[in-house]
Amino acid sequence: MTEKGASTPGTGEGGGAAAIRVILPQHLRTLTGLDGEVALELREPVTVRRVLDALEARYPVLRGTIREYGTGQRRAFLRFFACETDWTHEGMDAELPAPVAEGREPLLIIGAIAGG
Amino acid sequence: MSRVRVLVGTKKGAFVLSADGTRKDWDVSGPFFAGWEIYHVKGSAVEPNRVWASQSSGWFGQMIQRSDDGGATWGPVGNRFAYEGVPGTHQWYDGTPHPWEFKRVWHLEPSLTDADTVYAGVEDAALFRSADGGATWEELAGLRGHGSGPHWQPGAGGMCLHTILLDPSNQERMYIAISAAGTFRTDDGGKNWKPINKGLVSNFMPDPTAEVGHCVHHVAMHRARPEVLFMQKHWDVMRSDDAGENWREVSGNLPTDFGFAIDVHAHEPETLYVVPIKSDSEHFPPEGKLRVYRSRTGGNEWEALTKGLPQKDCYVNVLRDAMAVDELEECGVYFGTTGGQVYGSADAGDNWTPIVRDLPAVLSVEVQTIP
Repeated sequence: MTEKGASTPGTGEGGGAAAIRVILPQHLRTLTGLDGEVALELREPVTVRRVLDALEARYPVLRGTIREYGTGQRRAFLRFFACETDWTHEGMDAELPAPVAEGREPLLIIGAIAGG
Repeated sequence: MSRVRVLVGTKKGAFVLSADGTRKDWDVSGPFFAGWEIYHVKGSAVEPNRVWASQSSGWFGQMIQRSDDGGATWGPVGNRFAYEGVPGTHQWYDGTPHPWEFKRVWHLEPSLTDADTVYAGVEDAALFRSADGGATWEELAGLRGHGSGPHWQPGAGGMCLHTILLDPSNQERMYIAISAAGTFRTDDGGKNWKPINKGLVSNFMPDPTAEVGHCVHHVAMHRARPEVLFMQKHWDVMRSDDAGENWREVSGNLPTDFGFAIDVHAHEPETLYVVPIKSDSEHFPPEGKLRVYRSRTGGNEWEALTKGLPQKDCYVNVLRDAMAVDELEECGVYFGTTGGQVYGSADAGDNWTPIVRDLPAVLSVEVQTIP
């Protein structure tokens, strides 16, 4: 397990591109027609916001399903996990841990276990 | 021979029930959008193979799906519902101001003249329209902006715009209903609106006859007589003969005048159907007997229709958008229950049979009659 904040500081737009792995909850995989993970080419800094920007650019059907239209805020019953750590409240612009930024670990987007 | 297509929205997906004009043997397809709440599914009268579905989830928000092949395949269209300008506030349950927040689409009403135009009634209550096949949505903001919006309050199910009726004789006129604000009418295509609630009495309100604040559950009309409206209110079944300007109660001999669903026979404008529900605290049929009540006199005189419906130990509910009629020569009537049954009658309600028994809780039922 990698601790929060263990990522190497980003190198800005000039940094190299990495294949970020994202695992979506089942209902969003169904919407996008995905069977497994999504791989996204993304330059540093790798943040939740930039991952979601890239994800929605590739799959426009996801707009409004993870972030609210207008405010861009995370929808209330979704959470983000990175390297077995709850990344939900780290902020959209916090750099994700290096194993996620380097594609060794996936970013998990998880629907909260609530309701029926 | 004509066919019928029954479009069913449930708590966990959509289903399409199809039969020929005899309405005896049914093909059931679905679930579509499994696991999502499907508040409403409705087909276009202009292009019957175009069908719209409201797909929503507390986790993932709102999607709108469109089918162009009668519900066999679907594709998502636009899902951005942004209130025009600064949304302002309505009243919260405790009477304090609460900001308008989009939650979901309750009802989709396709235009009667243009297959690319569809209206959406949403929670928190507002009316949207798409004129480009669902790609984009714009609010008809005159409804919330006519003045009484800050006084609207949510019903127990949320502050939803659940009923949209388009006048087939006048493209500029439409009616909508909101729980709990009441009924409204526009005569200029949605630019300006007026509350039409005179005659409604809601004893839970500080002023029981106030212009707005009534918990209207559903409104129905017959297309040949669009100035006559029938309403199932929280309590009371009501009727207006002047396009909603004045209402009078027609509950008559109903065992209880609480309920949600109401509809009108396809060929007999004075024949109505309701499903009485015991009370607002006990959302099931009185005495555990599931009975549709029919009036052939435009209200007041009602008869119980029971053949084929459970007459003991039945404690389901029938929600506001979960009843519809077909347009075959012998009018068919359909309704769905929170227990997952969809019942159909091929003889105007005299006899009922379950088309399906074990769906998820049914939120809506619509019917298309396919030539």
